[in-house]
Amino acid sequence: MKRIVYREWRIAPERYWGILAILAGVIAIGGAAALYMEHEGHWVTGMTNSVVWGMPHVFAVFLIVAASGALNVASIGTVFGKRLYKPLGRLSGLLASALLVGGLLVLVLDLGRPDRLVVAMTTYNFSSIFAWNIFLYTGFLIITVGYLWTMAERKGNPFMRPVGTFAFLWRLALTTGTGSIFGFLVGRQAYDTAILAPMFVVMSFAYGLAVYILVLMFSFHLDERPIGERMLKRLKNLLALFVGAVLYFTLVYHLTKLYGAKYSDVESFILVNGGIYTFLFWFGWVLVGGLVPLGILYHPERSKSASWVAAACGFVIVGGLAALYVIIIGSQAYPLEMFPGQTVIEFGLPGDIGGTVAGYAPSFPEILLGIGGVGVAMLITAVGIRVLQFLPESLADQDVDPHAMARSAG
Amino acid sequence: MTDTHNDKETAVDNGRRTFLGGAVGVSAAAVAPGLVLHELAQAAPRTEPVTDLHRWGLLIDTAKCADGCRACVEACEQENGLNLQTRPEGADPLKWEDQRAVWIRKVKVQDNISGHVTNLPLMCQHCANPPCVDVCPTGASFKRADGIVMVDRHTCIGCRYCMMACPYKARSFIHEKVAEKLTRAPRGKGCVESCNLCVHRLDEGDLSVACADACTEQGHGAILFGDLKDPNGPLRQALRAQPSRQVRENLGLNTGVRYAGL
Amino acid sequence: MARAMHHGGLVVFGLAGALWALAAQAEVVGGFVVEGSKAAGLENCVEPTEYMRRNHMELIRHQRDATVHDGIRSTKHSLAGCVSCHAGVDDRQQPIPINADGQFCEACHDYTAVTLNCFDCHATIPEGSDWNQATAAAHAHMGLTGLITEGTGSEGQSK
Repeated sequence: MKRIVYREWRIAPERYWGILAILAGVIAIGGAAALYMEHEGHWVTGMTNSVVWGMPHVFAVFLIVAASGALNVASIGTVFGKRLYKPLGRLSGLLASALLVGGLLVLVLDLGRPDRLVVAMTTYNFSSIFAWNIFLYTGFLIITVGYLWTMAERKGNPFMRPVGTFAFLWRLALTTGTGSIFGFLVGRQAYDTAILAPMFVVMSFAYGLAVYILVLMFSFHLDERPIGERMLKRLKNLLALFVGAVLYFTLVYHLTKLYGAKYSDVESFILVNGGIYTFLFWFGWVLVGGLVPLGILYHPERSKSASWVAAACGFVIVGGLAALYVIIIGSQAYPLEMFPGQTVIEFGLPGDIGGTVAGYAPSFPEILLGIGGVGVAMLITAVGIRVLQFLPESLADQDVDPHAMARSAG
Repeated sequence: MTDTHNDKETAVDNGRRTFLGGAVGVSAAAVAPGLVLHELAQAAPRTEPVTDLHRWGLLIDTAKCADGCRACVEACEQENGLNLQTRPEGADPLKWEDQRAVWIRKVKVQDNISGHVTNLPLMCQHCANPPCVDVCPTGASFKRADGIVMVDRHTCIGCRYCMMACPYKARSFIHEKVAEKLTRAPRGKGCVESCNLCVHRLDEGDLSVACADACTEQGHGAILFGDLKDPNGPLRQALRAQPSRQVRENLGLNTGVRYAGL
Repeated sequence: MARAMHHGGLVVFGLAGALWALAAQAEVVGGFVVEGSKAAGLENCVEPTEYMRRNHMELIRHQRDATVHDGIRSTKHSLAGCVSCHAGVDDRQQPIPINADGQFCEACHDYTAVTLNCFDCHATIPEGSDWNQATAAAHAHMGLTGLITEGTGSEGQSK
């Protein structure tokens, strides 16, 4: 096997700085939106006392989940010893850290008192999954940086496998923790199930890989580095597997809920008569995020086209955002069932939603803040691959998988 | 608005200082020379940390809760300065109703089979095992030794996870800048709050809550405040005398607020 | 959080600076107390003035935890006490917010450039602080209430 050569991203300076300028603009707009929300208070958002977590959480959770998923690519190479994935490891670590930083930034800037972040970092309540997540997230960043070091530094190479294994276990814990933020909310009908934790893990596999493939294709395309057919095929097959797994868990999640009669109302809300949430579930989560990409990725002809694979990744990402919108916001919009067997006629003042579905319309600042977080993740990635040797020179088949070449030759 | 409390306040404070602790159960009256005697009682403010010898709670008799009456809600708003919240300019009025802080709600439910209508006030249920306390990352949401579940605004970061966890929708997030607030009820943008059983009254030795007082004043007497741990106290006697339930009993939260006739 | 810049800051700066210098030289106790406030008529604060200058934040922080978590409201180190004693009054005898420009808390915090965020949530004037007299009287029947007397200076109990 040839030695893998890593090189900085060598696109033309105008292009590079152009990309940075665009990202900086996106981040500036997101930052301004966050400042506006903080200055005015959350009344300028669509969030209310009924829907307390809005669009920023959809983006933040997506980015955090995708972050741990993006690290999978490195794990497959080092932990599971798939040589083909080895050259992909460095970008995997970088992207994972970048996505996590972007997601956390969105999460923090949506706090009511982001100025008290130091309180969150110094005062812990260990019965809170949120508090554990603070450790899981900061730990993830530190471990990923260490992992990158073992991959990039010759002296560190012997530690690559143990550190990689540790990172893999840590990322599983991280996504389990993220899923548990919702799964352990016993008071809410749509949550209150342990299956949310593994479902988030599988979602992270799919969304993280989709983001990874897109970033890989984009950066390679601009720098005219080759991605071999075999490499593409392996990645798209893996993505298809994960997307299928997400659909499977979605099915089990809803079957679990449907089986218990006490949840039938919230299920019919999500699946049948929930308006925008029903639409986003079937059209966004299932169709765009699941069936359409599966159709592309398993299509005998289209799956060979890089553009179609990229499109499939895009669909998975859009579907993922829709899925998290349904999970996070749909479940809050549905009223809390406090009085079984009774219908709530009045619940405080008319605007104060109790017995009816709470309204929520995402406001511009919220969306811009979320997109700003994506911008931060992309900026870190762009600068990282430009100044350090993250990207392999070539992912052409003969460079990464000589056995395959030998096989085909023989 | 007040103008010249300053003098009186400090004087009272001086009085308290010399009077620490000893005031409980003692009646003393002295008239400062040259002043009109006010028929005002000043209960002794607390000097020792609260203990778990008491657990404050409520019993709500839904049969006595009158349709259309909002006395408890209005009393709570007055007592805790909730009526001082103003809708920010440009905020949608209907949405604002779901963004302003509310500690107590008048709820009306109808039985799906019998059609029987029940009225009840719903506030923080002061669980013995509060989910909001479990999930709070900083420990700002906490349960006091005497069973009152409240938010320490000094450590609340406004993450709103407690609102996600509360099965009663009892908590409110302050969505706007608060210009006017009462000394006894601090309030500011970006923190979460909820019913604290008029903790400022209890700490001053005044064992009462505004909602129950208002209800009694209206002649309904649907809300009874008391000590769940005092076996011979009025609350426990009332609980013994009639069947009562907890809202979402299935969650096993052991609420401090109980409902009769639900 | 975003704090408005004080355009009058220079004036306050100069004034406070002069007062500091004065205090340092002549040990003028109470040189910062706002005229017309209750504190102006007292010899010193709840602790010696020098001690308060350096340690008021510690006292308030300690009291804050004791009050919120333990329900102790009897001590003299309460923020409500600071406000009621140190708030100045305007021409019409209305209290001025204690964190307004040139007022007791703000003048010094502005001079030393220390963020003052108590009043993000806490009342800046003694507002509704007569509740304990009025409501406690109304609820004396609830039992377990000790009686303390009204002190001096209860004139003008307006609402």
